Amino acid sequence: MGEKAVIVLHSGDMDKVYSALIIANGALAMGMEASIFFTFWGLMRLKKGELEKGPLSKMNMMGLGRQMIKKRMDKANVVSLERLMSDFKELGGKIIACEMTMEIMGITKEELRTEWVDEWGAVGTYIQEARDANITLFI
Amino acid sequence: MAELEVDVRGQTCPVPLVECRKAFKRAYPGDLVIVKGTHPASKKEIPMACEAMGLKVLEIEDKEGGKEWEIKIRR
Repeated sequence: MGEKAVIVLHSGDMDKVYSALIIANGALAMGMEASIFFTFWGLMRLKKGELEKGPLSKMNMMGLGRQMIKKRMDKANVVSLERLMSDFKELGGKIIACEMTMEIMGITKEELRTEWVDEWGAVGTYIQEARDANITLFI
Repeated sequence: MAELEVDVRGQTCPVPLVECRKAFKRAYPGDLVIVKGTHPASKKEIPMACEAMGLKVLEIEDKEGGKEWEIKIRR
């Protein structure tokens, strides 16, 4: 251990949530530590029942494009975001929830999947987390 | 020494890597982890992950005319 990947998930788009969780799981699988800082639209995906609800970042077409991509992902046997999240937690991944976003959007802790959240914080928490990271990404 | 089998045939990124990592956590030092899969990138990446974690890859074998692979790792 010692090496670390820290990801800021700013977007709540389905494809970007996939990117964040796949990269973070990859880092854990390769023996690194991994943290994801959920902020702005990304934090919305931590609300109860919302993880899988994001639109596509491109070609969403009122949800039609999303449906098409979902179908193709099923066919390619891509696992669900719920599964990626549970693998991430099982392998020791850390989730930080942005408290400023909660304030702006008027979200309470009760509305979020608190069982996933390891830490509540703001920018200082991200910087502290990223200070000794080898990889840090803004998605 | 025990043998752990990880069957990730038909699974795609990042499941083969993740399931391997889970097996390494379950296994004790000296145990043999046998991974069976079909995802081409994982055949390269599982040995990369093992090297990064200081684990010894004993064998990488193609099966079913190259459609499947099997990797043996010493924990």
